[in-house]
Amino acid sequence: MTAAVEGSPPLRMTRARRNALLQSEPVQGFALISPTFLYALILLVLPILVVIAHSFWTQHYLTIDRTFTLENYRVALTEPIYRDLLWRSLYISLTVSLFTVILAYPIAYFISFHGGRHKSLWLFLITIPFWTSYLLRVMSWKVILGYNGVLNSGLMGLGIIDEPSTALLYNSSAVIITLTHAWAAFAILPIFVSLEKVDRTLVEAATDLGDGPLRSFLRVTLPLSAPGVISAALIVMIPTVGDYVTPKLVGGKDGVMIANAIQAQFGKAANWPLGAALSVTTMLIVTLMAGATVLIIRALQRLAR
Amino acid sequence: MRARGFLSGGWLSVYAFLYIVFLYLPVIFLPIFSINTAPTPKFPLTGFTLQWYADLPHTPALLDAAWNSLKVGVCASVLATVLGILAARSITRYRYPARRAIHGLIMAPLVLPEVIVAISMLLVMLQLGLSLSLFTVVLGHVLVCIPYSMTVLTSGFEGFDRSLEEASADLGESAFGTFRRVTLPMVAPAIISSLLVCFTISLDEFIIAFFLTGTEATLPIYIWGQLRFASKLPGVLALGTLLLVASFLLMTIAEILRRRAARRTRNEGGLYA
Amino acid sequence: MPEQPQIERPQSDRAQSDRAQSDRAMIEIRNVTRSYGSFKALDDASLTIREGEFFSLLGPSGCGKTTLLRMIAGFDNPTSGSIAVGGQPMEGIPANRRPTNMVFQSYAIFPHLNVEQNVAYGLKRLKLQGGEEKRRVEEALAQVSLTGLGKRLATELSGGQRQRVALARALVMRPKVLLLDEPLSALDKKLREQMQVELRRLQQAVGITFVLVTHDQYEALAMSDRIAVMFGGRIAQVASPKEIYQRPVNRQVADFLGGMNFVKAEIVEENGASLIVDTLGFGRVKTDKPKAFVRNGGAATLGIRPERLRVLWDNATAKFEVAGKVVERHYFGEITHLIVEIPGLEKPLSVTETNDFGADDIPVGTPIRLAYDPEALVAMGD
Repeated sequence: MTAAVEGSPPLRMTRARRNALLQSEPVQGFALISPTFLYALILLVLPILVVIAHSFWTQHYLTIDRTFTLENYRVALTEPIYRDLLWRSLYISLTVSLFTVILAYPIAYFISFHGGRHKSLWLFLITIPFWTSYLLRVMSWKVILGYNGVLNSGLMGLGIIDEPSTALLYNSSAVIITLTHAWAAFAILPIFVSLEKVDRTLVEAATDLGDGPLRSFLRVTLPLSAPGVISAALIVMIPTVGDYVTPKLVGGKDGVMIANAIQAQFGKAANWPLGAALSVTTMLIVTLMAGATVLIIRALQRLAR
Repeated sequence: MRARGFLSGGWLSVYAFLYIVFLYLPVIFLPIFSINTAPTPKFPLTGFTLQWYADLPHTPALLDAAWNSLKVGVCASVLATVLGILAARSITRYRYPARRAIHGLIMAPLVLPEVIVAISMLLVMLQLGLSLSLFTVVLGHVLVCIPYSMTVLTSGFEGFDRSLEEASADLGESAFGTFRRVTLPMVAPAIISSLLVCFTISLDEFIIAFFLTGTEATLPIYIWGQLRFASKLPGVLALGTLLLVASFLLMTIAEILRRRAARRTRNEGGLYA
Repeated sequence: MPEQPQIERPQSDRAQSDRAQSDRAMIEIRNVTRSYGSFKALDDASLTIREGEFFSLLGPSGCGKTTLLRMIAGFDNPTSGSIAVGGQPMEGIPANRRPTNMVFQSYAIFPHLNVEQNVAYGLKRLKLQGGEEKRRVEEALAQVSLTGLGKRLATELSGGQRQRVALARALVMRPKVLLLDEPLSALDKKLREQMQVELRRLQQAVGITFVLVTHDQYEALAMSDRIAVMFGGRIAQVASPKEIYQRPVNRQVADFLGGMNFVKAEIVEENGASLIVDTLGFGRVKTDKPKAFVRNGGAATLGIRPERLRVLWDNATAKFEVAGKVVERHYFGEITHLIVEIPGLEKPLSVTETNDFGADDIPVGTPIRLAYDPEALVAMGD
């Protein structure tokens, strides 16, 4: 009604405004990213929601009973077998992230502070093995640690041991060694990036104010690179909790992890809801552990001052 | 003085050398034992042979798996790169609300446990009644490839001087013409690099393919199947070596291209060049 | 013979322009405002730029000059108000269909193309017949003295050469208006001064309207027919370089265009064209009243440029002089800055004197007399 009374000018203005809206930065940017965003929504967010839903249902042979229940979580958290698997997975992933970060930090520091002109070459050298097949890298550890493997035959050849050791393969240590190797590059990159951001004059300022190299490292460089250490720890911790290949190939009976149990629920055992509940529990626990790690590293960072 | 030594390049470079050995040594054993005559991988080496490689082309299941891997790799890398281009362009060029959140979601597959990603997709596909096939594998691979594609493309797009596109418009070129004549040639190396990276990831990816494929195997699944048989190990080592070499070559080319793209876009700022 | 006095003190606005310009408007900017949320990058700006004119938008960073230029080019749109180029309203016309071309601050030379391909970029769409495209490219390269460098890659060029390519690439389109966004800011001082002369010469040769954005007051003074000085999204003054320099409308403009001594004054008499004021140091002065002068009580501010104060040597006298004492001396090669305390003035005067007569040897503490021309004292709004 008002438009009719006021005539065409307001109408033109609305059209102009709509045009401006379509051409505005946010709308164009959002339109551009929406296919990728939708893809991630449909193939990542939706599936995870479906998993969460399943975790509250029950399965009778091939039919799913959609009555809400917490039974799956009770099984996941109280059945000794799953509880042990969860604990072991957490223990392994925590140990692996600790090792990778400790081993990676000096390398990242070396490349950042002493890499000179060859920084990108060093980074390339370190990331290349990472780009080879994960399966093959795990396999090569099996070759190394096996009963008839490289290490045993090598040690016997050198006369250090008389008969092959069975202690090398098929236990959690084998899993930890393999995972530490497999995720090494992932830990170096974030630490390197955060070290690159450390203003070199800050280190000089600390030296100028009387700190020796070690003190200035502990009081300036290390705290400033804490964000890199945090992301390195998380980027290793979260995926390794759910690792499937490594425990399966080198873990043996003592190295089985939660992912193997989850897989079993979707395979042989055919109990999807329990598998879903185990997945959700794993994700929740790893999130808590990640949060705790962030808090601990931040607290250490404050202590360093 | 001792503290200085501890942090100095000298000790660290020794450590760096040892670290590189630690990274490469396990991988090196695959090619070494793949040309060893003994069927079990152990020292001392028994003699040189190419027998295991010569046997490879005579295994039909292997050839099928290779062909499947090629199909999946090409489809996944093209799709992931197209989606990556859109997203990377949007992230580097525009500012809008929830931009960081959307970026985070797209990058999430990088840090989520693969098994969980795989089984959630499996559940949905079974619910939707989609039969498992190479197509479902492609869908999964695209999801895990996008974050890598994004990373490569963002580094190519970032620093892309917006005034280059404005200059093109200023000289009378349309939006499409500008894309064809300026944007595309500038970012082509980054796009090719993304294709190679995604192809490599898809070629090597095991977990998602393992859960989402029907009866058709990709190369990693084929290898997984062979691992049960000790007698097949030399053949697997030979195949693994070929895959290693392929990954290495593809990634080296991708890295060279990515750097060229980054150098090209960044050069614009080099006023004193 | 009646021309005689004008040689000493030319009054015309056009005196600095060596060439007749038409009075036809090329760009008309009417009440243009550009807001980003509550922030106004440009606030109700109105401006007419004449055909064939070398026009500069001068101001500190963030004053809205680049925003205005980008709106003329079509990379940004006014929130309200209108822009017309060559009599044609520009609303709704995208950048690629406007009769303007731009030289970007970063030059935006396409790095994947060589010099020739860069210059021919816009011509390709015109599908010119025969050798016309090649001929025009060569002509444009000759105009900017780049003949023979056509096959070079953009990455092999020096800063000055890149700037010339950007110029040639825009000029080859024969635009009605050439827009230049801080084109010299990335060059070193010597090259910048050389390019100022060349740009001015080029503009006179091609006769196209040039609109230059700059934050460098000397650049604007040296090259322009007229200048618009901008602050905080508003246009403070539009005039010839000389007028802007000599008769700034307010303290902000005066300050931005080099040193200025400010003297407090009491208004004694105000009429249409002039003011009579009393000052402590300079006594009673009659001065032109600026057009935008707004009386604020009985007080006013007078300004005088440091070089308009001359040292009186020995027993020389002048009709208008002030006496004081040298308190500081700063040597700058061809000139010396003297800081002179004048009884009654709250701030000492800054004086620029050439070193021909030994101003660099005047000891600090020396009593000194300064001659001035009352015409050089200008009244300003605050």
